[in-house]
Amino acid sequence: MNERRHNWHLWLGFVVCAAGFVGYLPLARFPFTRDVPWVSFLLFAAGAFSLGIGLKRAFGRPEQFRGKILGPVLSLISLLVIGLFCFFIFYAAKQLPRSTGAPQVGQKAPDFSLLDANQQTVTLAALLTTPLPGSQKPPKGVLLIFYRGYW
Amino acid sequence: MQPVAISVDLPEASRELCKKAGYSYTFLSDPNAEVIRRYDLLHVGAGENGHDIARPAEFLLDASGVIRWVNLTGDLRVRMRPEEAIQQAGKLL
Repeated sequence: MNERRHNWHLWLGFVVCAAGFVGYLPLARFPFTRDVPWVSFLLFAAGAFSLGIGLKRAFGRPEQFRGKILGPVLSLISLLVIGLFCFFIFYAAKQLPRSTGAPQVGQKAPDFSLLDANQQTVTLAALLTTPLPGSQKPPKGVLLIFYRGYW
Repeated sequence: MQPVAISVDLPEASRELCKKAGYSYTFLSDPNAEVIRRYDLLHVGAGENGHDIARPAEFLLDASGVIRWVNLTGDLRVRMRPEEAIQQAGKLL
């Protein structure tokens, strides 16, 4: 008596939404797909579209299709996944100090003295004047890269 | 141009990182964030167990130590690309 068809659009939509979330991790390695997460947003749109079709079938033609319970559940989880993604992208990743007191272009960089990876003391003044290995002249300049580290 | 990386990591941690990743440039350790603070780059409580760490930032200095280019990202995902620094160095130094 139960001849209703499986509502595969629901599962497809859910899997595509999840792929949009998880897939960002490898995509974040390339600036082209990192800076604007367009691949994830395309997948979210495709997933939502598929979920929409599935829901329409489940509630519009319940005598033909399953998914009256599964549909809303998968849709809700997908919405949460998309919401979490947007929270990270549009809010959490932008919570950085303003650093208004950072040295500016035209100023002399404040000198410092720190230990390098071999426990040797290194000053900025020395970095600016010591020739690089294999060279006779001091470097043309120094690029200071402050990074978060691995703590 | 000489790249110099600075973080709160201890020298041993930087050494590990260099060994694993094959980096050969200078890594400096600022465990108490003294220099990071002096450059106003402290990100309070953003590290593991609420540790204070540096926010990502890049400064290109010329041979006399004057800053020629600053990159303070407003988004953790959008970091400086190496080509960007090389391009700036070619233009400004």
